[in-house]
Amino acid sequence: MSEHAAAITLEGVGKSFGDNRVLTGIDLTIRHGEVTCLLGPSGSGKSTLLRCLAFLEEHTEGIIRIAGEPMGFAPAADGGRKRLPDAAIGRVRRNLGMVFQQFNLWPHMTALGNVAEALRLVRRMDRATAEARALAQLEHVGLAHRAGHYPSELSGGQQQRVAIARALAMEPKIVLFDEPTSSLDPELTGEVLSVMRGLAQEGMTMVVVTHEIGFAAQVGEHIVFLDQGRILLEGRAAEVFQAPRHPRLAQFLQTYVDRGASLVLQE
Amino acid sequence: MNFDPALILASLPDVATGMAITILMWLGGSFMGLALGLAVSIARRWGGRWARLVLDAYVGLMRGTPFLVQLFLLYYGGPYAGLDLEPVQAGLLGLTLYSAAYFAEIFRGGFEAIPRGHVEAAVCVGLTQAQIIRRILLPEMTLLVLPSLINMFTLLVKETAVLSIITVPELTMVITAIGSANFAFAEATFLLAVSYWAIVEITGLIGRFIEGRLGRYRLV
Ligand SMILES: Nc1ncnc2c1ncn2[C@@H]1O[C@H](COP(=O)(O)OP(=O)(O)OP(=O)(O)O)[C@@H](O)[C@H]1O
Ligand SMILES: [Mg+2]
Repeated sequence: MSEHAAAITLEGVGKSFGDNRVLTGIDLTIRHGEVTCLLGPSGSGKSTLLRCLAFLEEHTEGIIRIAGEPMGFAPAADGGRKRLPDAAIGRVRRNLGMVFQQFNLWPHMTALGNVAEALRLVRRMDRATAEARALAQLEHVGLAHRAGHYPSELSGGQQQRVAIARALAMEPKIVLFDEPTSSLDPELTGEVLSVMRGLAQEGMTMVVVTHEIGFAAQVGEHIVFLDQGRILLEGRAAEVFQAPRHPRLAQFLQTYVDRGASLVLQE
Repeated sequence: MNFDPALILASLPDVATGMAITILMWLGGSFMGLALGLAVSIARRWGGRWARLVLDAYVGLMRGTPFLVQLFLLYYGGPYAGLDLEPVQAGLLGLTLYSAAYFAEIFRGGFEAIPRGHVEAAVCVGLTQAQIIRRILLPEMTLLVLPSLINMFTLLVKETAVLSIITVPELTMVITAIGSANFAFAEATFLLAVSYWAIVEITGLIGRFIEGRLGRYRLV
């Protein structure tokens, strides 16, 4: 069962929006317990790739497997693909947690309510059990004292930590992050990154789209660099960031240096 | 012709009855319209192509023709289609059908204004479509459309005046009757305006109170 050793595999995955081809020939293996960082210029297809993993977008070519099971489409006997029923997609999706750039908390529920909601509706826990679990999860991201607040009463960093707690409450095997700090002020970015760093240390499998090059260099183990919908290079963080760098990556990293980002690469 | 406030005082009991009927017609028609409009907006969005086609036509028709004409058709044309209604029944049904179309449009706008990510987040934690509609979309939509709903309610108060045309004994009918019986049109018209204005102001107060209470759920 060698393929089950991988958390996620992609074979020849492509995605077009109508005539607009966004991803081409993506082959990728994401191993359990690793932090994979997806880097690349704006419009290179990072979000689309991540959203395909959760089947929020349907990939138009290839096969994606999550924990060994095909996501959305399975190989068919005739060599093509067949669409899986929604129930099967939902089942595979339970392996995943997703954290969005815009947090996407439900504004009419408290922090506690946001985290407890799926525990009650999906896990069928009674209210007390769900809320106890949710509170423990909020504690884990350092927000137990904010449990009764509504999203509009929380800072951006706090909202994103609640969103992380909401994803973790469902005990996913893999957590996907799409630019989790991009809509935060610099002061608030740190508190979210430190929660993510802690999660990485606990051995969580994480796929992180990020423009935080420092985070990628320090926490990322597997680096994937996308350019124009293709994987331009991938490898261990130490190799990828090592000079001499791939010229396209060097150019990409330079834009961060130009904006004053400090590249603390090998530590 | 001089303005005679005594006349206003003398007719207050009749006016009160008319006002009660106006309020009953208004709230009855509006709340039934609200419920029907919600059902229409849900069926339009999730009910498939045929439901959408039929309901789009219904909404278009109700919003594209004067309420007065709709009422005439219902009350005077209804009997030809086997629908023989009392004025109050026809009035309530007319108000319901008319307001439901507007409410359905308000709800549609509300559903469309909900960020797609709120639904995606729910999908990712495993909520079913029915759970998402009930627990995420309906409450968020309600918060978004609250000001428009209150506005629609105040518009509908004034639409009830049209019901006098099909002889529903509501405020406009009562007061114009008093006015013509006493040749006191100025007093009657003044009283009429003040009465509607009072209802609209009270509705606005209630609306602002509800909005204030729900302020902390604001979209972020
Ligand atoms: N729903 C969609 N419909 C049509 N085109 C889309 C859609 N979503 C993304 N695209 C296109 O796909 C391309 C890749 O977009 P994507 O959001 O994946 O890039 P990205 O690498 O995440 O960029 P950024 O760093 O700016 O977030 C872009 O050209 C975008 O216009
Ligand atoms: Mg993106």
